[in-house]
Amino acid sequence: MSEKKYETPLLDELEKGPWPSFIREIKQEAERPMVRDLLGVLERSYEEHIGHWKHGGLVGVMGYGGGVIGRYSDLPEEFPDVSEFHTFRVNQPAGWFYTSGALRDLCDIWDKHGSGLTNMHGSTGDIVFLGGKTTSIEPVFADLTEKGWDLGGSGSDMRTPSCCAGPARCEWANYDTLNACHEITQAYQDELHRPAFPYKFKLKFAGCPNDCVASVARADMSIIGTWKDEIQIDQEQVRAYAARGMDIEREIVELCPCDCISWDGQAMEIADGECVKCMHCINHMPKALRPGKERGAAILIGAKAPIVGGALLSSVFVPFLEMTPPYSDLRELIEAIWDFWGEHGKNRERVGEFIQRVGLGKFLEQIGLDPVPEMIAHPRSNPYIFFDDEIVAGAEA
Amino acid sequence: MAVAGRKTDIGPPHYENFLPPVIKRNYGKWAYHEIPEPGVLVHVSESGEKLFTVRAGTPRILSIKTIRTFADLADKYADGYLRFTSRNNVEFLLSDEGKVFPLKTELGTLGYPVGGTGNAISAIVHTQGWVHCHSAASDASGVVKSLMDALYPRFTSMDLPAKLRVAFACCLNMCGAVHCSDIAVLGVHTRPPRIDHSELPKICEVPTLISSCPTGAIRPTTVDGKPSVEVEDGQCMYCGNCYTVCPAMKINNPKTDGISIWVGGKVSNARHEPMFSKLAIPFLPNNPPRWTEVVDAVVNIVDVYAKHARKHERMGEWIERIGWPRFFKLTGIPFTKYHIDDFTHAGETFRRSVHLKS
Repeated sequence: MSEKKYETPLLDELEKGPWPSFIREIKQEAERPMVRDLLGVLERSYEEHIGHWKHGGLVGVMGYGGGVIGRYSDLPEEFPDVSEFHTFRVNQPAGWFYTSGALRDLCDIWDKHGSGLTNMHGSTGDIVFLGGKTTSIEPVFADLTEKGWDLGGSGSDMRTPSCCAGPARCEWANYDTLNACHEITQAYQDELHRPAFPYKFKLKFAGCPNDCVASVARADMSIIGTWKDEIQIDQEQVRAYAARGMDIEREIVELCPCDCISWDGQAMEIADGECVKCMHCINHMPKALRPGKERGAAILIGAKAPIVGGALLSSVFVPFLEMTPPYSDLRELIEAIWDFWGEHGKNRERVGEFIQRVGLGKFLEQIGLDPVPEMIAHPRSNPYIFFDDEIVAGAEA
Repeated sequence: MAVAGRKTDIGPPHYENFLPPVIKRNYGKWAYHEIPEPGVLVHVSESGEKLFTVRAGTPRILSIKTIRTFADLADKYADGYLRFTSRNNVEFLLSDEGKVFPLKTELGTLGYPVGGTGNAISAIVHTQGWVHCHSAASDASGVVKSLMDALYPRFTSMDLPAKLRVAFACCLNMCGAVHCSDIAVLGVHTRPPRIDHSELPKICEVPTLISSCPTGAIRPTTVDGKPSVEVEDGQCMYCGNCYTVCPAMKINNPKTDGISIWVGGKVSNARHEPMFSKLAIPFLPNNPPRWTEVVDAVVNIVDVYAKHARKHERMGEWIERIGWPRFFKLTGIPFTKYHIDDFTHAGETFRRSVHLKS
């Protein structure tokens, strides 16, 4: 075993200060040759202002196409113990809930086979094991599955779905985000592990319009909880907020984006027909106000970061969908999208970009959904309309 | 196709295995929650039962030693139950209120700050950077550590006008999807890729490479009798998509890579609709290990926002109310030609009225 140790004056600087230090975390595992070389190559990056990782490279477990991301150093002679430094994505439990025992199982596996370094969690939601050799891939997988864990997605597949804390720890969950996330993940294990799409497809389950999992910005399909009926009001609690010093007029009534709340010092009234369910009033008066009882989700589609064709936010696809197991309507929708986009999408074209290319109108036709005005901010202002034959058929005759 | 004789496609373990009894008893029956102090949530069920959450910041890169420490803390104070948040905080789930204070104390001793709730700056979500990524224009963890050291009091208190979400991504791929954050710190490449003509024909497929370019800047050519490509520099906006499909298109450049800062995005629907972040500062130098220019710029924006925004106003809502000219004036950030969009549909971002403050 190599005894080399690198001087890391630049990295050492990042052990100072009040916020917990990632360098301290890395150094905690530095008895491993791989982690010593990681510190060495990272110090080099800090000196040279450039990363030293090569891209990709196909690695994985037998029978899967995703879940392990190949990573190789571009300085393998100098830092041989990180010449291979692959990432494992391990599918997190819905809502990121754990027991201490489950975490220790994961730690034991990674202690035995890898760097001992993790991300809790990666951006998509997976548990990330950071830095393993090619020879460790199958043993890690065997030990994970033995303990009931499986890999997550990578590449052009369904990426690991994620969800908010939902009904497990939130009064605003308009559907069971944990159950929906878990059931959808289980239903599409093949699509998760074996990339067969034009590009990645992310699903995020948020229980209310606060969207704590950022689904509107990050998910190809954003399932955002909402309700149809009246906000539940406890007038006594409203008065209690006022008595405790809340300026209800200023903080709640005036900040309502649809001007649908009134307060006379005794009772709060909400014109629910005008309410857009933004959550502001509920967020700030949680003891007095609660979402309605007729609950479900709005389905939005198409968010992505800039690469390749520019960043997109998800937009409304189905304004309201009941979200009860086994989620047949949702699954029908997902599969219809995968069929059409899967067949006609270009390589590395996210579904949001695909919709922009083919047009939302045509996309809806192919999926079998009727266009509704809830889908748009406003109707088109440009008159370059592609007409089908049918619309002018009468005029021709 | 699954391989016979192996355990595959089992998916994640069922979440119910990991829920504490107090949650199982009150699943879907929470009535309300309050934040009695920074970093502590209390959820109250319709039955009156309470769940106490203690939230602490982590550096996202966690060693298994630290995870085992968290497991020990969970055993000691929370009957073994804990979770992580979408912003990489760890949360201990307690049914005994009496254990909240001792847990907070022990977390403090161990160096994990309790906070990140309510009108605070929660932990900065971020990407891998130089620790692990091939296309990083900057490190991620080091910038975030430096920022959070400076913003630490904003994590452990709740005195901002509203919550303030900061995110970091080390290139435009945005594994951290920073594009809808109150403050987004984004690594940028600023020069076209340098082409390794000797490697390219060996490792890349030229047609795939050409079609990877969103602006059509890559064209086929022949170099020393071998197929390669050339880049129309004026058309390249340094997205690095070509580098992702072809490692011979070297986009990383230690001299010219740097950091940009974007403001005013949000994902929540509360009050204003979700918004993209917009450019505040086009370029700051990569200056490890402490990225002083970036830290100073972010702290300045936070301080100006904290001073001027009204209660409940997110960064983007505040800027929309006061207008961008005043944002630049109040922050002292120079407005440049780089702030004006020149990509697809740029015209939609121009002011088309004379609604101008004097």
